[in-house]
Amino acid sequence: MNLQMFLLLAAALFAVGLFGALSQQAVVMVMMGLELMINALVVAGAAFWYFLTPQAPDGQVFVLVVLAAMTVEMAMGFAVTTLLFRAKDADMTDMAAELRG
Amino acid sequence: MLTAVFWVLAVVAVAAGIAVFTVDSMARATVALAVSFVAVGTALLLIDAGYLGVITILMMLMEMGIMAVFMIMYMMNPGGLMPMSMLHNKRGALAISIGAFVLLAAGALLTPWPQRRGEPPSDVTRALGEAVMGSKMLVMMSVSAVLFATMVSALVLATGRGRYDGDEAPAAEDAGGGA
Repeated sequence: MNLQMFLLLAAALFAVGLFGALSQQAVVMVMMGLELMINALVVAGAAFWYFLTPQAPDGQVFVLVVLAAMTVEMAMGFAVTTLLFRAKDADMTDMAAELRG
Repeated sequence: MLTAVFWVLAVVAVAAGIAVFTVDSMARATVALAVSFVAVGTALLLIDAGYLGVITILMMLMEMGIMAVFMIMYMMNPGGLMPMSMLHNKRGALAISIGAFVLLAAGALLTPWPQRRGEPPSDVTRALGEAVMGSKMLVMMSVSAVLFATMVSALVLATGRGRYDGDEAPAAEDAGGGA
């Protein structure tokens, strides 16, 4: 195992998540894409820690912060989705286009 | 041996990630995402990040359990009764994500990464715990404040009666004082 292998895995997960976030119509499926992209960050962060500076704890702390960010993203995402659905029966991204410039 | 295990886990993680967007049920997509997270958590166990790997698996299984409920609530094609494509602009998204993968993979393979400095401490989890309670305490304090703010604002956003219990928002001069 080396750093490149883990970074390749992270790149693949990030690309799959990006595809989902860009292509899905349902707001909640867009969130699944974002979760996959953050998943890639977990892999990359842990790999950088282990393969470059295993002595310093910074990499591990970074992964903890990323995990917290993932939780926050899911909670706020579902709250906004619920609000959108209550306010205007919208559960698809194309139905919530008020902010289009 | 470890390398072979890693490649198996990597293939499982990416394949489950692809399955998230190819299965036709959003409940199945949640399960596929959970599989992807478990594979990633297990891959973390391979590089001595025991605590991080276990916490990733446990947290993400719980999170997907909650997420499945919401997914079923917002399901686009419940019970296969309304077959429809869940995608829009598939070709553009595919091009952008393949481009992103090529760019990231090239960066990962071509960058001259620095040499490894030092060895992991004998007890990695202990080192992390000491960092969180010592030199990195500010990070964790900020995270806890953010998590608390998230709980409050998610409830305020999602609750049916909203911030003002269905009444009009009060005038600006007597709105002071917070909650």
